[in-house]
Amino acid sequence: MSEPALLLSRLQFAFTISFHIIFPSFTIGLAAWLTVLEALHVRTGRPAYRQVFEFWLKIFGIAFGLGVVSGVVMAFEFGTNWSELSRESGPIQGPLLAYETFTAFALEASFFGILLFGRSRVGPRFYLFSTGMVALATTLSAFWIMANNTWMQVPVGYVVQNGQFVPENWAKITFSPVLWVRFPHMLLAAYLTGAFCVAATGAWYLLRGVFAAEARIMLRMGLALAAVLLLFQLLFGHLNGEYIVHHQPSKMAAIEARWHDQKPASEVLLAWPDVAHEKNRFAISLPAPFGSLIDSDSLSAAEVGLDSVPPQNRPPVLIPFFSFRIMVGCWLIMLLIAWGGTYLMRKGRLEQNRPLLWVTFLSFPLPFIAILTGWFTAEVGRQPWAVFGVLRTADALTPSLTTATATVSLVVFCALYLFIFSFGVFYIHRLLRTGPVGPLTQPPKAAVPNRPMSVVHERDTAEVLDAPTGE
Amino acid sequence: MVWFWAALLAISILLYVLLDGFDLGVGMLFGVARDEPQRRAMMSAVAPIWDGNETWLVVSGVILWGAFPLVYSIVMSAFYLPVLLMLAGLILRGVAFEYRNQQQRTRPIWTAAFAGGSFVAAFMQGLMVGALVEGLPVAGDRYTGGPFGWLSPFAVLCGVGLCIAYVLNGACWLVRKTDGEVREEAYRRIPYLSLVLLVFLVILFVFSLAEHLRVMHHWLDRPYLFVFPVVGVLAAIVLASSVRRRQDGPPFIMGTLIFLMAFCTFALSFWPYMIPFTVTIKQAAAPHSSLAFLFWFAGIIVFPLMLIYTAINLSVFKGKVPSGDEGY
Repeated sequence: MSEPALLLSRLQFAFTISFHIIFPSFTIGLAAWLTVLEALHVRTGRPAYRQVFEFWLKIFGIAFGLGVVSGVVMAFEFGTNWSELSRESGPIQGPLLAYETFTAFALEASFFGILLFGRSRVGPRFYLFSTGMVALATTLSAFWIMANNTWMQVPVGYVVQNGQFVPENWAKITFSPVLWVRFPHMLLAAYLTGAFCVAATGAWYLLRGVFAAEARIMLRMGLALAAVLLLFQLLFGHLNGEYIVHHQPSKMAAIEARWHDQKPASEVLLAWPDVAHEKNRFAISLPAPFGSLIDSDSLSAAEVGLDSVPPQNRPPVLIPFFSFRIMVGCWLIMLLIAWGGTYLMRKGRLEQNRPLLWVTFLSFPLPFIAILTGWFTAEVGRQPWAVFGVLRTADALTPSLTTATATVSLVVFCALYLFIFSFGVFYIHRLLRTGPVGPLTQPPKAAVPNRPMSVVHERDTAEVLDAPTGE
Repeated sequence: MVWFWAALLAISILLYVLLDGFDLGVGMLFGVARDEPQRRAMMSAVAPIWDGNETWLVVSGVILWGAFPLVYSIVMSAFYLPVLLMLAGLILRGVAFEYRNQQQRTRPIWTAAFAGGSFVAAFMQGLMVGALVEGLPVAGDRYTGGPFGWLSPFAVLCGVGLCIAYVLNGACWLVRKTDGEVREEAYRRIPYLSLVLLVFLVILFVFSLAEHLRVMHHWLDRPYLFVFPVVGVLAAIVLASSVRRRQDGPPFIMGTLIFLMAFCTFALSFWPYMIPFTVTIKQAAAPHSSLAFLFWFAGIIVFPLMLIYTAINLSVFKGKVPSGDEGY
């Protein structure tokens, strides 16, 4: 094993999985939202709900397709770059990922075709049911992925036999209390992503003075939903912190840039952690016992510092420290926007407030940044372990991997992804710009289930650009 | 339990080879299609089903990891570069389906991506199979060859051979699904492709004899294995006669039958090895608790559902694609 190959493999995994997570985190929320829209449409019969549904369904199709393509790579990357990990933990991680493929694929494959092409062939209630099933499938997919990652964060329910992690108690693995705070945390993040993208699109249309009816639905539903979800996210974020304090004290020490044990602990808000001298420069801190209060809900709890973690087991400090703060910062900005918007909504002045519309429009990257930095915190903070406390990342690497091959694959993936994803993003942008226009989609001439992206060809988007619709 | 998962893995791989085989074959033929209407007709012959076909690759991958982690870790790490190139090929051809229709100006890029991606993916698959037949350097539980440990004349021959076989199946599929010029062209190609494939099989056979590959001894030990090639030859004869009589239906079925026979021959001649002559199915299997966890829901409930879905998907799109379809 060579050191550069290890670094290159970690970069490659980080790059491919970061790229991948962007799309599911968008589609999970969007699928749930589509279900709500369809339910509202069934109940109220308002055509605007249907119009908004059809519009977002097309965008869902593209994002879904890109998520699938980039997800396939992940299924192989564990084996190509991390063969030691896949052999040793295969008996646990393999079945979890197999469940992801089996349950999510089976549901998605069966109901996605109906969603795209079956509106005229099935009754409205069954159509709504299909929408719900697709949302359920994306959620199940997220559950199994979180189960898999949670086992790497806090391994439970296994014994070691012949150099393999042998599952002993599947109930412990799938009902791990850690999983049941991390899974909702991710799910809420995905819903927030959907909510903010939808609200931002609505704000954009209102700023341009087009599609007023649809834009109002998007903006109001998005902001109101976000206003509530952000509170729950605070709760689950905090619960995540508790598991980290409990199971991964080294990660918490890195997140807080806490170099020494403290009892009770202070809280560093912002600083430049000086790794070489093991201290913080330019620190803005809250005095004790705020650190203990935030991390352990206690006025007097002792908090672990990095100096009580053996040097070979310490995670990097800078990335967890800053990415955590960026995540929390994104949360705070989103909270201000969502609450401000909801307040104006109740006053009936939301649509006239152009500064707020601008801020909402520009806020769409925030949930994505929060998700990426949240994952950076979780994954980099877990280092130097691949499976926390039992298998080092360095020992998880494919032994035969050379620096040259690792370089080739990293370059190929970067080039390929940037190439195809820039086209995809360009295309989603074109759809968003065009907006919810035209007649409601009739079932196309040839039903094409299993080909999510084909739905977007059904209408020439360029011609109807900027055609305003009234309420 | 172990045999259940070995069987499911075999079914998944077989389905993948049968389904994505013709679809990659059409992709390669796409590169030599004469004009845009022909390319359109060819694309619409596979467009509704390629995605479903490819899911079997992922299913095979995760079954391999979940039920046979040892094989997954050895094979994936050994075939680092071929797997990378195969994935790159599959991604490029996958997005080409969607992107080709976006802009007239950039269409040639995606035409090339579709044909090239199909070829690279097919070639890499054949190459990996060939390298497995020859045997991978494995010590303990790890692959010990270098980055090009899989590269050999035999493996390259297998890569080319699989491409030709896929193209043959692709041509048979076009005969079944299209009409007019595309079908005629495919009809004209089938005899040549069959001949080339036959020549390749002979070369591979001679090569194996010359190299004293261990698989040859297996054959002598298990004479019943000869049933499969014999059925394959019979299928080839039916194929030839139906092509001569221009019957659209049978060629694809016969092509599939030939593939099925080849697959059985292949799988049974290595039985019970998963990585030929180093790792057996039993050695590779995950612990019982893993297999049982998979069995009770994924294995006996979801897997049959997936098979049913594949069948429905294929039957919905049976029959000829309408010619002059604007979509593709």
